[in-house]
Amino acid sequence: MPPLSIWFVRSALVHLMLGFTFGALMLGNKGAPFDARMWQLRPAHMELLLVGWLIQLAMGVAFWIAPRWWEPPRRGNVTGAYAAFGLLNGGLWLVILGSLFRLPPGWTFVGRVLEAAAAGAFLWHLWPRIVGREG
Amino acid sequence: MPNLTRWYIRTSFLYLAAALLVGLALAWRAATPLPGFFARLQPVYVHLFLVGWVTQLIFGTVYWLFPRPEEERFHERMGWATYALINIGLLLRAVSEPLGAPPGGFWGWVLVISAVLQWLGGLGFVITTWPRTRLHKKRRR
Repeated sequence: MPPLSIWFVRSALVHLMLGFTFGALMLGNKGAPFDARMWQLRPAHMELLLVGWLIQLAMGVAFWIAPRWWEPPRRGNVTGAYAAFGLLNGGLWLVILGSLFRLPPGWTFVGRVLEAAAAGAFLWHLWPRIVGREG
Repeated sequence: MPNLTRWYIRTSFLYLAAALLVGLALAWRAATPLPGFFARLQPVYVHLFLVGWVTQLIFGTVYWLFPRPEEERFHERMGWATYALINIGLLLRAVSEPLGAPPGGFWGWVLVISAVLQWLGGLGFVITTWPRTRLHKKRRR
């Protein structure tokens, strides 16, 4: 597994655990209420699991297993993939902090822009690698 | 494909079918008055999809695809424990949440237990998967 995939997958695992923790707090609070503010964790719970866990895991695994070139560099130009890692995590946390601390909507907007840029950067890297055996 | 992966994938597709049936009940409720139990199925529907199907499909595939662990016996036991925790937790949720019992009552505490079990399942998956994210290394024979 290449180093960038290790970063992606480990970051995905951290977000999975945080997302499960927020989910368990909300579900527990539904069964035996202990703090009315728990429901405010819902947007962060969704962001952590959909973007932080699912998308990040998909990117990490795609970077690892998508077809490679015969000649080095075998994964082609990896700049877009590294940029995607930074952009995705930066954007994700702007959205999460914005929802948790009820920050101005600009935080969520900038976060979403970074997430979209991450998708674009990753696509830029991966596009040439999506080929059949015949190339 | 390891035995645990087969269980994960088959179970995940059962949850997919269950989620689609619950979705059918929710759509039916929009046209016909049904008991309150059905109105409270919405979060169950979402979680049957996302935990029951998507998450378990991923857990099973990761168990199969990722580089082999160093401690295979521990890894396998933890894998089965994770499978049991996630599924018991999710099934308890699917039963207790729509019952809509008063919070703090019997079904409310079942919901708390389901939350704890699913959280432990997530933790088990992270503990077993983390060491498997490593640079390629030839296995010792």
